[in-house]
Amino acid sequence: MSRPVLSVRNITKSFGGIKAVQGVSFDVAPGEVLGLIGPNGSGKSTLFNCVLGQYRPDSGEVLVNGRKVGGQRACDLNKMGVGRTFQQLSVFPGMSVLDNILLAGQEHKGSMLSRLFGPRDAGLTGEAEKMIEFFRLGHLRDTLAGALSYGQQKLVDAAMAFMAGPTLVLLDEPAGGVNLTMLGALKDRLIAYNRDHGTSFVVIEHNMEFVMSLCTRIIVLAEGRIIAEGAPEEVRSNQMVIDAYLGG
Amino acid sequence: MARFRYPALVLLGLAALILAPRGEGNYIIFIFTSWLTYSIAAMGLNLTLGYSGQISLAQASFMGIGAYITALLTLAGLPWIVGMLAAVAATFVVGLALGFPALRVKGHFLAFVTLAFNTLFFLVARNEDWLTGGNYGLSGMPRPNLIFASTMKNLPFYYFTLGVFVVAAALMWWIVHSPWGRAFKGLRENPVRAESLGVDTTRLTLLAFAIGSAYGGLAGALVSPLVQYIDPGSFALGISLKILLMVVVGGAGYFYGPMLGAAIVILLPEVLRFTEGYYLMIYATAVIVLMVFSPRGLMGLGERLWHRLTRPARQVRADMAGGAQL
Repeated sequence: MSRPVLSVRNITKSFGGIKAVQGVSFDVAPGEVLGLIGPNGSGKSTLFNCVLGQYRPDSGEVLVNGRKVGGQRACDLNKMGVGRTFQQLSVFPGMSVLDNILLAGQEHKGSMLSRLFGPRDAGLTGEAEKMIEFFRLGHLRDTLAGALSYGQQKLVDAAMAFMAGPTLVLLDEPAGGVNLTMLGALKDRLIAYNRDHGTSFVVIEHNMEFVMSLCTRIIVLAEGRIIAEGAPEEVRSNQMVIDAYLGG
Repeated sequence: MARFRYPALVLLGLAALILAPRGEGNYIIFIFTSWLTYSIAAMGLNLTLGYSGQISLAQASFMGIGAYITALLTLAGLPWIVGMLAAVAATFVVGLALGFPALRVKGHFLAFVTLAFNTLFFLVARNEDWLTGGNYGLSGMPRPNLIFASTMKNLPFYYFTLGVFVVAAALMWWIVHSPWGRAFKGLRENPVRAESLGVDTTRLTLLAFAIGSAYGGLAGALVSPLVQYIDPGSFALGISLKILLMVVVGGAGYFYGPMLGAAIVILLPEVLRFTEGYYLMIYATAVIVLMVFSPRGLMGLGERLWHRLTRPARQVRADMAGGAQL
């Protein structure tokens, strides 16, 4: 079996007396789309932040492509091949769609000095245009990102996360606030990207329909622990999951 | 043809700057030279504040550091170019150091940190009279001696300042249109997102301060031979606020904003002087009205008017321009 892209080993994180995450372990294989679901307060976001290095876990470790991470700055983690999207809209509203995508890729090209003295687009326009076309935003290439609809900004956000060619992308509630038509487009593009590039995803999502149709494996958290794990169909019919969601 | 429109406009502007002081008296030439000098300082602050989103109320102190270094070195007999290079290097380093608080505090807290720095500089310049001349300041600084001409007279010194201004503006244009410029804008608009995309926001914040401050130092290196007398009051907090006003009135984050803003702040009071005692009131009211109706400054106002003139009144929603593709 090939080396996991992400290994989370026995992570525990407490805030005062509250144990937000308790001994959670899982691996993400290359090309896998893993869903992380659970009711509010189940520890999803804390776990996400531990993986992204924003929280230092009390115990346990996180490995990305076999390298231990923890305490890294977000920019260093990104250079290790980890992309992410945010729960809230997270584009650069005063910049065009093209500039948003160029910015997402330029820091991975050359040195700091070559980015000052080299070409204005860091030699990335062709690649950026391909990414824009892939997300079907070609007609909005030169439009300010802030002038786009909410769903289109979510697509730009996703395109930015993929621009540097990451091996792992963490998607934080990608479906939040997106209308049904746009949601279908977003899911379609994510599936296509995963199929074409073999990038692994970890998806935190409340929209069950979205997560069940996007992910190949799902982990369910409740009160900081994993209560179920498996294929979407198995998880959907698991009594513990039903109880956790319905408060049974 | 559209491709040549922008360079043609720039050349036209440059021609206007070359012709502007012709036939004018010493005072008007002095005002024009002041405008060019303050434009350089405002350009620097525009990079720190307008492009990178880091507030600074210390730009006058960097002008002061640059002016004192240039004054001391030229009074010691060194050529202006040496003084200028030392001024730019020193203000770059001090700006880098001042950038560190910006990594921890933002917005009005950062404004207070930089305000404190300006006050600290003022106090040092006033109290360390063995170095700075204290309240009496320094005087008699020579103007640069060029191989082909002297700049002792006001008109040659104006052209000398214009040359420095053009080089500084070209460098700034290069920076803000390079990937660095894009990263600076990313830092301003969404630093958390920028960092998650690999942008080293720590390094960039420090650079925004350092480069912006170096422009302040360069402006100071020109003030010293322009006025030939400097004292701590020339670089007090009020001057920093004046430079901030230039950036905001002209349009923060627009390349030509600081130049336009400096023109308003330096030239408009002169134009309004015929109103005698009322000119400050008229000037202040004009600035208030502008800020209320166009917080993006004159450049923002111009952009809005241009779009209104050149685009159809009822614009199709941008996301529907290509049809309902999604």
